[in-house]
Amino acid sequence: MPWYLELLRAVAGTILIFSGVAVIAAMFGVLLERKISAWIQSRLGPKHVGPQGLLQTLADTLKLLQKENIVPRRADPVIFASAVIVVPLAALLDYVVIPFGTTRAGPLIFRDLNIGVLYFAATSALVVVGILMAGWGSNNKYALLGGLRSAAQMVSYEIPMGLALITVALLAGSLSTVTIVNAQAGLWNIVSQPVAFLIFLVAATAEVNRTPFDLVEAESELVAGYFSEYTGMRFALFQLGEYGEMFAMAAMAVTLFLGGWRGPILPPVLWFVIKLYALIFVFMWVRWTFPRFRIDQLLGFSWKVLIPVALLNLVVTAFFVVVAHR
Amino acid sequence: MLLDWGYVAVFAIVGAGMVALPLLIIWLISPRSSYPQKFETYESGVPAIGQAWSQFNVRYYLFSLIFVVFDVEIIYLYPWAVAARSQGALAFYELLVFLVILTLGLVYAWRKGALEWV
Amino acid sequence: MTGEALAFYVLAALTLASGLVVVTSPNIVHSAVALVPSFLGVTGLYVLLNAEFLAGIQILIYAGAITVLILFVIMLTEGGTGMRARQRNEQGPIGAAVAAAMAVLLITVATHTAWPRGAGTLPAYTTAAIGRSFLGANILVFEGTSIVLLVSLIGAIIIARKEE
Repeated sequence: MPWYLELLRAVAGTILIFSGVAVIAAMFGVLLERKISAWIQSRLGPKHVGPQGLLQTLADTLKLLQKENIVPRRADPVIFASAVIVVPLAALLDYVVIPFGTTRAGPLIFRDLNIGVLYFAATSALVVVGILMAGWGSNNKYALLGGLRSAAQMVSYEIPMGLALITVALLAGSLSTVTIVNAQAGLWNIVSQPVAFLIFLVAATAEVNRTPFDLVEAESELVAGYFSEYTGMRFALFQLGEYGEMFAMAAMAVTLFLGGWRGPILPPVLWFVIKLYALIFVFMWVRWTFPRFRIDQLLGFSWKVLIPVALLNLVVTAFFVVVAHR
Repeated sequence: MLLDWGYVAVFAIVGAGMVALPLLIIWLISPRSSYPQKFETYESGVPAIGQAWSQFNVRYYLFSLIFVVFDVEIIYLYPWAVAARSQGALAFYELLVFLVILTLGLVYAWRKGALEWV
Repeated sequence: MTGEALAFYVLAALTLASGLVVVTSPNIVHSAVALVPSFLGVTGLYVLLNAEFLAGIQILIYAGAITVLILFVIMLTEGGTGMRARQRNEQGPIGAAVAAAMAVLLITVATHTAWPRGAGTLPAYTTAAIGRSFLGANILVFEGTSIVLLVSLIGAIIIARKEE
């Protein structure tokens, strides 16, 4: 294909994914969160805006667009502004390697990178830099403290997540997400790797700063953590980053452990969406069920429990893959 | 393969533009009314006390340091995992030695209290 | 100009410009944050050299871990609270002369040496090739790295805890 067509295809794909994530992850995700939290707490969620409250987040976004843009006086304007772009961008970069389904032309993925899983871990690491920038750029004690703690937490949980990814890559013999999905043709990885699945889910919850690991942004704790000083649309962009990252983690879990788009009868994309929302429901259910960990508890949990378990799981898996199957 | 990464580069650039789009919109249409109190940093409604940071906490640094070491460890495991299937028992024993040595490091950090937060 | 050459120049410009910001910015947090585009530029250069795995590692370790480490250190010390440091001193002209001499030397060596070409072609999937070399020829490198990491971990903990 000539280069301008490739460029057009890339741009179109990017706009599609961004809009898709903005609508499905941010808008519906926030609404779903409010509805699920409401049902768990025996009340109804938003109901008035649009049918059954479906347009609630759209209304909120339009409202936030009109809010005043306040930059605190001694804040560092360059870093304050760049952080708003880095966090959602890093979260959305995750979506490059996620296969949403398959068509007769091939898998429905933005680009099947050879190092897909490694790329996913790398872009998750980029979010941490954005959070540190946000916490610093606000020139606010709470924001800085929240940013530092959030960074320490995310960084501590990247190791168990990486180990879980490595275990799955070991089973499939490749880092490409499409290959990993195809390797699950016989058996989903959740059956052969339940421990890695649980580790991945726990680490993903911590990476996205959700309860029970949301100490750094809980309302009763540090105001709003690293984005305390961000008003209006900037706040919405951080939320987009957070919900986008959560959906990306869930999508990656579906790809790695639940067989991606594989399933009988129904079209592959539909299977993917069903599994994705099943995991999203689990994430939200966990959020509204468990109390939150203290910072020392959650860091200790990662280093002293999750990492040893993940290492042991890797060794046992390696034993079965490499030795017992010869 | 180069084309793949070209796509990723386009994704990053166009993506940055799309994320910056709402910021452009608010810069154009948001109301502006400045009075000094609005630009004070937020501290539960009371005037901010002191500088933004006042205490050296080595534990943040220790966590990120240990994280870097373990991150480098797991990047060695990525290519190992991809090629391990084809090599049999040798791969397993190699992994075992590698992980035992690194686990010694984790145990050392644990015993020396580097993994404690308080 | 082919696409690759264009990409090379753009990435090199990005890397060098960010590097310039890192070195000359009076605000140390700006310096640290400007490292990220520099690292991303190097990532692109690795991709142009067909070293995909290395590119992934570059983002993961450098932009993701080292930058975080540097930012932690900066934010934990008082120097980050808006202190503006002068980045120039009296030895500017001498430094520039030495840098120019080095540049001339390096460019002359680089263009006048007959670089030997390696035999064979690059494998299509570099990660698997690296993995196989870890399990084959470079097995001691693999194990030796774990010892290096252990030593660095112990050393870092000793030094950091002595400061308390």
